Amino acid sequence: MKLPIYLDYSATTPVDPRVAGKMIPYLTEHFGNPASRSHAFGWKAEEAVEEARANVAALVNCDAKDIVWTSGATESINLALKGAAEFYKTKGRHLITVKTEHKATLDTCRELERRGFEVTYLDVGTDGMLDLNRLEAAIRKDTILVSVMFVNNEIGVVQDVAAIGEMCRKRGVLFHVDSAQATGKCPIDLRALKVDLMSFSAHKTYGPKGVGALFVRRKPRVRLEAQIHGGGHERGFRSGTLATHQIVGIGEAFRIARLEMAAENERVRALRDKLLKGVQRMEEVFVNGHLEHRVPHNLNVSFNFVEGESLIMAVKDIAVSSGSACTSASLEPSYVLRALGRSDELAHSSIRFTLGRFTTEEEVDYTVNHISAKVAKLRELSPLWEMHKEGVDLNSVQWAAH
Amino acid sequence: MAYSDKVIDHYENPRNVGSFDKSDGSVGTGMVGAPACGDVMKLQIRVNEQGIIEDARFKTYGCGSAIASSSLVTEWVKGKRLDEAAQIKNTQIAEELSLPPVKIHCSILAEDAIKAAVADYKKKHAVEETERKKVA
Repeated sequence: MKLPIYLDYSATTPVDPRVAGKMIPYLTEHFGNPASRSHAFGWKAEEAVEEARANVAALVNCDAKDIVWTSGATESINLALKGAAEFYKTKGRHLITVKTEHKATLDTCRELERRGFEVTYLDVGTDGMLDLNRLEAAIRKDTILVSVMFVNNEIGVVQDVAAIGEMCRKRGVLFHVDSAQATGKCPIDLRALKVDLMSFSAHKTYGPKGVGALFVRRKPRVRLEAQIHGGGHERGFRSGTLATHQIVGIGEAFRIARLEMAAENERVRALRDKLLKGVQRMEEVFVNGHLEHRVPHNLNVSFNFVEGESLIMAVKDIAVSSGSACTSASLEPSYVLRALGRSDELAHSSIRFTLGRFTTEEEVDYTVNHISAKVAKLRELSPLWEMHKEGVDLNSVQWAAH
Repeated sequence: MAYSDKVIDHYENPRNVGSFDKSDGSVGTGMVGAPACGDVMKLQIRVNEQGIIEDARFKTYGCGSAIASSSLVTEWVKGKRLDEAAQIKNTQIAEELSLPPVKIHCSILAEDAIKAAVADYKKKHAVEETERKKVA
């Protein structure tokens, strides 16, 4: 077993060696510009790009013509939200999203507010799930778009995209879904889902960084104002020479995901459950987010009375991420956990483990032992743990906030 | 983020971890910070009759820099008079540990913890003195 152990698959995944193998010839041999219509170099590249488009479409069951290549999910989200807002602004200037969305969505919404649009940021329940009644109540006559993520990056909860889609379609509102964390983890059927726009990323699904896609439905047709101009590639939605090797990468990654998703999910779920059972042998360990409506890859837990950043420093052998952001001047813990109504202390004590294709049982066993030892050590150092053990209710203490 | 070697050393081998009995007359206890902010420091000093700090203990909930700052000050206060200890500045702590700007608050908290412990001891002592006078 090699150390450190990678348990941060939601940050990024390694490129699957099969994907890398397929990409390389498109850097050296088949380097043509897919827009070159006049020779074989161009034709070969175009053929690869279209094969990839078909593979991406197959994973999410849509028409390949509905897929637009981008540089990643962040660009896809920017194009979807800004593009739709700008195109439909005569119809209305109101958008709805959720407080636990990725910054790619939230920061784009902030920018739209600066441009004169109005955005409603919906709360979630303590389990991270969006209450559909709350959404229904938020939709107005001038609402043009709702944006909700399929799978949350921090806590892994899966929103009811099908029901939200029905609601939006009925009310005549466009629906964008950020699926960066969903591909290869949740079945996605765009022929059944009433989704108008969907963003994808390659590097969360064993493809390369720097490439993604946006699904733009043609039936019923969705219009967008392009955000990048210069050549009219990709049905005019996104100009710029296509990065053939990257596109080949996302295509192969999504092809493998389609074939292996079911078996991989079961294997990863067993490992995740083992990890959860292992850490739950300690006291005062809390799971953040709904445990059932959740991808099997994610475990987000708070180790009460231990601060997350110090725990991450202690578990050098494991690559994980923390909901605590003590490095920022504001000392704000994760906004996602705060939106769940988690106390600041529990939010500061959270660790996100995300498992994936190359995680082994041996690694999970090692992680459980390693983290248990370090939590015990840090609790010995913690005045809060001492007070808890003495029976002091920490909420009754008057803290001097700083 | 990268930590300095000194932070790592104090974090991995923290000095003087533990607790004294709060109710002991020779002990001063300072507890500063708040769980909501992500750090809480408890610093205790044991003071002899000459007003010299003989021993110190700490417990800290917080990031590595917070743990290192409090570990460091337990070393520094030992052997100091109360008024000397209360003069330790956060800038000295930050310099010794090479704390980056985002971690300066950890050193401020450690300075506050010493001041609070000294104040607690003095307060206790003032009360004891008045009681002694009353008895007399």
